[in-house]
Amino acid sequence: MDIFEIISTVLSKNGLITSFVFVGCIVWFSYFLSNKLTQGKFHGSAIAILLGLIFAYLGGTYTGGKQGVADIGLLSGVGLLGGAMLRDFAIVATAYGVKLDDLKASGIAGISSLFIGVTLSFFVGAIVAIIFGYTDAVSITTIGAGTVTFVVGPVTGSALGASSEVIALSIAAGLVKSILVMIGTPLLAKYIGLNNPNSAMIFGGLMGTNSGVAAGLAAVDPKLVPYGAMTATFYTGLGCLLAPSILFLIIELVY
Amino acid sequence: MVIYGVALLSFCMLLGIILGEFLGRLFGIDANIGGIGIAMLLLIFLSERLKKSFTLGDITEKGITFWSMIYIPIVVAMASKQNVLGAIDGGLIALLSGGIAVLLSFLLIPVLSKIKK
Repeated sequence: MDIFEIISTVLSKNGLITSFVFVGCIVWFSYFLSNKLTQGKFHGSAIAILLGLIFAYLGGTYTGGKQGVADIGLLSGVGLLGGAMLRDFAIVATAYGVKLDDLKASGIAGISSLFIGVTLSFFVGAIVAIIFGYTDAVSITTIGAGTVTFVVGPVTGSALGASSEVIALSIAAGLVKSILVMIGTPLLAKYIGLNNPNSAMIFGGLMGTNSGVAAGLAAVDPKLVPYGAMTATFYTGLGCLLAPSILFLIIELVY
Repeated sequence: MVIYGVALLSFCMLLGIILGEFLGRLFGIDANIGGIGIAMLLLIFLSERLKKSFTLGDITEKGITFWSMIYIPIVVAMASKQNVLGAIDGGLIALLSGGIAVLLSFLLIPVLSKIKK
């Protein structure tokens, strides 16, 4: 038994612990780059998220899997650390210390941003689908729903009986959205006034993608996370409610 | 005790998700409606309530704040397990629909921010 085999067995067996070291190194290196290259102007956590996405791309190319680096045996623990369970647990924890008054003050703006966000994304996706030559209401609705989030797409698609090819496309549209929100938010935050609880709640309601909003706000100001997450958490549910019903009926009226 | 904080946090999360599932069933859809948001409201409400009747000790508080501080590393791990390849492989339809939706949503943030209160 050679030494590398021993090490790799230990690392895979203790996957979650290995992922702490992996993520710790990424974060340390990102803050190092942030301080040296940008004098801290570009947030360390934004660089860390970007590096994470690059690793995910490399991992996907290397293994052909869907889980980024988590498909590499040694790093399977990243799947647990970055999975929905711990992510949601940490998001709930960020709510500790939030002022109820701030939430109430932005309640109306937050709720209207939810409806506007779902409808806007849906119709953008639907129009793109029409431009690319789709003519049946089911496919158009499914692609529109996927643009809402990559959960709404398949939920709507299977409810309406869309083809698996269209459902796969709707998931891809949602993935693009979520990744662009992760990358775009730290770059655009200061131009769109994303620096207070009110705009964070609107941001969460408009974007809706849980992972995109979670990562985007983490890279801007972690204090804003609970406000954005609060509205975003209703987005997918609202999308699953509206897309296969009212929104589908509207598309069906036209086609 | 640090476990009190962690247990309170866990209790809120589970109750929130259960209520979110019920809400989904109520509307006849197979999705969780706002479970995490409900969990957050529960945590805010309960921790404020508990603070009035007796003090949440420093150590108990740490059971919650630790998880809130470990949030960014979790998000980095989450980014590392995204299906980036799948997004790029989705082709032009996926790139355009996702891209335009995000761009328009960003543009709407300053507009909607003005209508507060």
